[in-house]
Amino acid sequence: MTTSRTPRRGYGVFLAPGLLLSLLFLAVPLLMTFGYSFTEWKGIGTPAFTGLDNYTRLFADADFWASFRNIAFVIIGMAIVPTLLGLFLAALLFDYIGKKHGDGVVSILRSGLYLPQVIPVAITGIMWGWILAPEGAVNSLLQNAGLTSLVQNWLGDPGLALWIVLGVMVWMQLGYPLVLFLSGLQRIDPELYEAAALDGASWWQRFTRITTPILRPEVYVVLVTTTIAGLKVFAQIYVLTGGGPGNATLVPSYFAYLNFFERADVGYGSAISSVMTLLILLIAGTMLTRQAREDG
Amino acid sequence: MSTDINPGSARRGLRSYAVLAAVTAFVLAFLAPFLIILLNAFKTGADYRANGSLSLPTSWNWGILADVWERVGFTQKLLNSVQISLGVVLIAVVLALLNAYAIGIGRVRWRTAFLVFFLGVNILPQEGLVYPIYYLFKEVGLYDGKFGYTLLVGITYSAFGTYLLSSVFAGFPRELIEAAAMDGAGRWTILWRIVLPMSWPTLSVMCVFFFVWSWNEFLYPLVLLISNDNQTVPLGLSVLQGQYTSDPTSMSAAALLGVIPMIVFFLIFQRTLTRGVTAGAVK
Repeated sequence: MTTSRTPRRGYGVFLAPGLLLSLLFLAVPLLMTFGYSFTEWKGIGTPAFTGLDNYTRLFADADFWASFRNIAFVIIGMAIVPTLLGLFLAALLFDYIGKKHGDGVVSILRSGLYLPQVIPVAITGIMWGWILAPEGAVNSLLQNAGLTSLVQNWLGDPGLALWIVLGVMVWMQLGYPLVLFLSGLQRIDPELYEAAALDGASWWQRFTRITTPILRPEVYVVLVTTTIAGLKVFAQIYVLTGGGPGNATLVPSYFAYLNFFERADVGYGSAISSVMTLLILLIAGTMLTRQAREDG
Repeated sequence: MSTDINPGSARRGLRSYAVLAAVTAFVLAFLAPFLIILLNAFKTGADYRANGSLSLPTSWNWGILADVWERVGFTQKLLNSVQISLGVVLIAVVLALLNAYAIGIGRVRWRTAFLVFFLGVNILPQEGLVYPIYYLFKEVGLYDGKFGYTLLVGITYSAFGTYLLSSVFAGFPRELIEAAAMDGAGRWTILWRIVLPMSWPTLSVMCVFFFVWSWNEFLYPLVLLISNDNQTVPLGLSVLQGQYTSDPTSMSAAALLGVIPMIVFFLIFQRTLTRGVTAGAVK
């Protein structure tokens, strides 16, 4: 194999700028965050080395554990529910509506469901914040329908806020799996469905026996990318609830942000960020090597 | 795509229309928030208080939009966002192209290690980097400036682009490159004349996605771009939140202003966006 191949030397010069800039702008700050996490520092003056103090404080901090519990729910809202709903809708659009009413209709419906994906999260946050406000559209709707007893402060109720945020996240995320699944379904040989239909397979049987197994790679990709996105979630929380009420919707990235920029507790914020960064790299690494092994 | 005869048309039954109607209703309900924002952006405060958020405006009042536009300096914000996003696209695509050329075609030594590095930095959460960047940018005078911010985001996206393009380049026809090298073409010529034109389909998808991602960035611009001259559209509008409790329809107008540019972009690049999602998901 190696005999006739021209020697590939001198390509290093192409890699140098990108690599150096990535080291400087991404790797160096990361190492600095790790470094700060062992110090007490207000962002001015010299950081004072405090060893593992920030970490011991972190693991005893109820807010930190609350943010961890919330992130588990966020993953349900950003990864699991959109994947399941997307799978169902993709199959419905492709295997039923597409066949009976043509691809044009499917394409329009798909675009409508994908739209929230391109709108800035900050803006969809303003929009939903406005709609869910005590005087907002949801409450007006309930009042008009005579359901006055259901009227409430949707994002202000500690027992409810997280669920509402999750609902908004499902709305934001749904388009991504849907579009990916619809394109994956193009791989399916139409004869497979026709044969199954001839054999008397119901839509549900085709969904569970043909569609879902064929989309396995896409389902995996969606779960990996949206789980990682869920662990990083920041803007949605910042705009919708600010982590509140109390710590009902607090997430680690927002908790770190508070410590960095509002409480001037840089060392503690760095410890939170370091834990999250390591966790994300670990989860992503595990998921991606598993994927590579299955593909390989 | 171009089937003139719809094989299913003969089998369209009442039930298929019922399903279509149900799905259409679902999609309309899904998009209703946009409609509500649109309606209320044109209402006066008095109209809103009298008739609530679900009615049509008694008169279509453009004054609220104009007022919010003026107050946030929306023209400036649009220019900032366009300028930054174009810069980000340029930096990210150029760096990714060079990196991937070295890794995928040049097959430099330790290429797997480099790929893992780029994949790793691509996954890093911004909150793990933001404070040192904020601190260093202040030290070197890049804080609250478009240049440093654009460079940072461009470099961040280049890691993803490198990963994506390297896998595309790995399958690049070798004969083409070897034939060109035989004819005496240097590495730069090969990159410019052969590799670049042939990778244009992937590059164009990357350009569209990087533009959208950059436009929608939140944490970095929140921390790094604070003045009116530098702020991007989403940030410029989100600072209004909470200011308008006595003036509810202004908030609706602000949301509408934020939604419009990306809807326009979506309508133009719809095909690339919905097809390109797949490209971002390839391993």
